[in-house]
Amino acid sequence: MKIVKIIAIILLVAFVGIQFVPVNRNQSEGVPKTDFMLVNDVPNDIKNKLQVSCYDCHSNNTKYPWYNKVQPVAWFLEEHIKEGKAELNFNEWDALSSRRKVSKLRSMIKQIESGEMPLGSYTFIHKDAKFSEEETQQLVEYIENLKDSL
Amino acid sequence: MKNIKMSAIVMLLLAVSFTNAQEKGKMNHNHDKMMNMKSEAILSDYFSLKDALVADDSKKAAEAGSKLAASLKAFDKSNYTAGEQKELTDIIEDATEHAEHIAKSEIGHQREHFKTLSKDITDMVAMTGTKNTLYEQFCPMYDKGSAWLSTKEEVRNPYYGSKMLKCGKVQKTIQ
Repeated sequence: MKIVKIIAIILLVAFVGIQFVPVNRNQSEGVPKTDFMLVNDVPNDIKNKLQVSCYDCHSNNTKYPWYNKVQPVAWFLEEHIKEGKAELNFNEWDALSSRRKVSKLRSMIKQIESGEMPLGSYTFIHKDAKFSEEETQQLVEYIENLKDSL
Repeated sequence: MKNIKMSAIVMLLLAVSFTNAQEKGKMNHNHDKMMNMKSEAILSDYFSLKDALVADDSKKAAEAGSKLAASLKAFDKSNYTAGEQKELTDIIEDATEHAEHIAKSEIGHQREHFKTLSKDITDMVAMTGTKNTLYEQFCPMYDKGSAWLSTKEEVRNPYYGSKMLKCGKVQKTIQ
């Protein structure tokens, strides 16, 4: 019994302790001129959908709910954001060449159509990030058109 | 005696600088050859990737993908004009990303990435040229029509593998 108590105390101390480890939050001032929404003519509903479902991990600004500020959840999240931004950063869209844009748009379509994006672990918490069938269709159609216009 | 010594030294110096010059010439020659070899290395990795996809072998395709990513990174553009270098950098950056994804995904994904990768490699060959005859082949069924490169004229489909091995046709011969 004593051992259980000691372990519990150690875990609690560790849990409190890691809250003091500083993290770099994915947050920045303003939206750069290269942003996807600024350089493309994006209809409002699609703009909204992208912001809610994609921008948390694919831009320089994440909206952090309180539980994402608690460790170790925050670490797990930072990893995802880092990976997400490496694949695609909407804020830096216009810095890409046409070839790269077409390539990224094609991958977006595949990821959305197959339901791989947004990630299940993300929509599990962010219910509003999920795409309905209709939204998927709308979004894919928009991206297809954009791809063909490049 | 002094004269002989002097001329011996002069001779020696001459001999040294001569062999030096020759070495340099040789090195330049090697350098040219190396550059050609580098675009050929990219192609050879691309073809082993294609063959792995034809054989429905995801593991081999992944290995070929990471080899291809490495040979793309090793490509030396210094022999090209500034404009060409810019274009090649763009192509290689894009192709590397697809090759890296192929190295870590399952076969369906590998084939998706192979489509864009094939476009990149085709554009690269248009600039670098190649010593072999290549065939640009086309399958109208996969993802609204997709092309790839092959060293052989007979069609072996990398997008469907055994499911539709012979689907497609030669649309262009590259020499």
